Amino acid sequence: MQYVTEYRDADIVHGYLARIRSIVTKPWTIMEVCGGQTHSLVKHGLLDILPPEITIVHGPGCPVCVTPQSLINQAVSLAIDHQVILCSFGDMLRVPGSKMSLLEAKARGADVRILYSPLEAVEIAKKFPDKQVVFFAVGFETTAPANALSVLHAHRAGLQNYSILTAHVLVPPAIRAIMDDPHTRVNGFLAAGHVCTIMGNSEYYPIADEYKIPLVVTGFEPVDLMQGLYLTIQQLEDGKAEVINQYSRVVKEEGNPDARAVIEKVFEVSHRNWRGIGVIPRSGYAVKEEFALYDAEKKFGLVAQEQENETGCIAGSILKGLKKPKDCPHFGKTCTPLNPLGAPMVSTEGACAAYYHFSGIAE
Amino acid sequence: MQLQCPIPQTDFDVITLGHGSGGQLTSRLLDTLVFSQLTNPELEKRHDGAILQLDGKLAFSTDSYVVSPIFFPGGNIGDLAINGTVNDLAMCGALPKYLSLSFIIEEGLPVSEFWEVIQSIKQAALKANISIVTGDTKVVEKGKGDKLFINTSGIGSIHPKAQIDVNRVVTGDVVIVSNKIAHHGMAIMSIREGLTFESNISTDSRPLSHVCMKCLDEFGASIKVFRDPTRGGVATTLTEIAESSGKGIFIQEKNINLDSSVEGACEMLGLDPLYVANEGVFIAIVDASNADDLLQFLKQQEETAFAFKLGEVTDAYEGKVVLESKMRGKRVLTKLIGDQLPRIC
Repeated sequence: MQYVTEYRDADIVHGYLARIRSIVTKPWTIMEVCGGQTHSLVKHGLLDILPPEITIVHGPGCPVCVTPQSLINQAVSLAIDHQVILCSFGDMLRVPGSKMSLLEAKARGADVRILYSPLEAVEIAKKFPDKQVVFFAVGFETTAPANALSVLHAHRAGLQNYSILTAHVLVPPAIRAIMDDPHTRVNGFLAAGHVCTIMGNSEYYPIADEYKIPLVVTGFEPVDLMQGLYLTIQQLEDGKAEVINQYSRVVKEEGNPDARAVIEKVFEVSHRNWRGIGVIPRSGYAVKEEFALYDAEKKFGLVAQEQENETGCIAGSILKGLKKPKDCPHFGKTCTPLNPLGAPMVSTEGACAAYYHFSGIAE
Repeated sequence: MQLQCPIPQTDFDVITLGHGSGGQLTSRLLDTLVFSQLTNPELEKRHDGAILQLDGKLAFSTDSYVVSPIFFPGGNIGDLAINGTVNDLAMCGALPKYLSLSFIIEEGLPVSEFWEVIQSIKQAALKANISIVTGDTKVVEKGKGDKLFINTSGIGSIHPKAQIDVNRVVTGDVVIVSNKIAHHGMAIMSIREGLTFESNISTDSRPLSHVCMKCLDEFGASIKVFRDPTRGGVATTLTEIAESSGKGIFIQEKNINLDSSVEGACEMLGLDPLYVANEGVFIAIVDASNADDLLQFLKQQEETAFAFKLGEVTDAYEGKVVLESKMRGKRVLTKLIGDQLPRIC
């Protein structure tokens, strides 16, 4: 646990907290972009100790939360109608589709498997040459290299029975969409450390300039998050709007060129439909034509259905930081982690689930 | 694993449907592999059930074991099935005495594996000092089971000083956990298909009845609750206690006793150790005046050498469990939702 415990030192966390208290003069709303940061803020109880001037809103950085229902339906259809071996990261299984979740599909006999890496799905494809194997490739820039690599591995091995159902989304266009909303309340961002590990920081400078907002590339441990918040609030109080790299022990200015090369080989930037937000131009990845054989959407002729079920979920407003989970009439009543109406209640990285675990203290 | 006894000569290498027919093949299977190992006067009568003499208040419990894979670091489904029901009885404040043992076997199970399970059952029964007095064996077609399922039910005599009742919990009572947590769940995770990682984590499956009886000898009615946090882990069990008692429970993360290997594995897989299954740990809720003595007493016992005080019962947070993190912030713990699924980034 060395290299982790140093960043979970309560005295250092409280040191930054004291510094925040000493400089803050007015209310600020800060959005943490990444679901991993949301999870950590809740898990370590950090939301509970922040001064009242600071409002944290949880951004759209939980891939489970922003994957549209039509893609869940496609995954369910692949598992049930096309009888593929559908492999996925665990969190996707409980997200409700319009008829059922992948977990329910599994209960009805579909072969749905939870994996930690898409490369394991390639191994499964090698093991079962008579079955089609599909990996549900969700995530931000962070998971894109491994998903792209799985396509390259399958290609190299000459596999005809492996493909990916792509739901990749990108962080910078989402930040722009949030700032372009005339009702936005966000004053500054904690940018997602792991995304920048791959992509570097270059995409954030124009955003800071154009929207006059500070962005601090931040890690995931309590000391990271508290230092990230301090660096953001310090800029806001000083009237600055710069990009600062708090997570410099991991994030290099130029990111990881090798990983980006793998992404660029397999994927191209495309429009993406975000659950609750709608289509954001050039905000995701699609598999390049060259690798169409590995694109499950093309391989199985899947058709995207745009109509989403009306569940009363206000995910869009929540993911943009316009509303808090508690503003939703369903929150904690008809919508709970056990019975989620919308995706932000499903994952422990989702804004609503995060609040659900935090909210009981005040009651 | 070293086998305790050599496998008896059988004319079959795998168990087939016929071994569950109730006829000659069943007798041959049971005679050679089961009765010869688990012998006691009640079982030897070979009746449909056991006729037993027990006085006073009794506890009765049942549980089914479907763990996959059936062999895992530090144990197998056999000792798990004995210890599990023994511990359920111990959590009632009872000394376990008699167990039933039922197998549902998927055809094709190698005899050598069945034998290894029987040997573990034998050892676990000896260690817990219980008799297996009745049982059943069924065999299902290939694909209709998963190698081996076991059900055990058990009866035990309530300790004369025991007053285990969640409604006796009052503000100020202390929550003690009997050992380091999250070993069993992580041992299983370490060998699950697709998740294999190298570790030295073993199951903590063990009988808790002896130590629980000693606690009741010493501290009697000041122990209000015994619960073993198996599936759903410590967080789920504490939430159930908070809900059924209507009291709040306040716990501190800094108090949790965790092996560094378990902590590292949980960190790597994104799992919260408070939600990971245990098979050899109990939670005791005890009157504050006896809490320190109970803790010291537990630390002197082999099965509970790493016992720790986790928190206390409070007037605040009615019906809820609130954790104070190492960062001194608070959050509410809930019951485990579904399986503890790995986070995706």
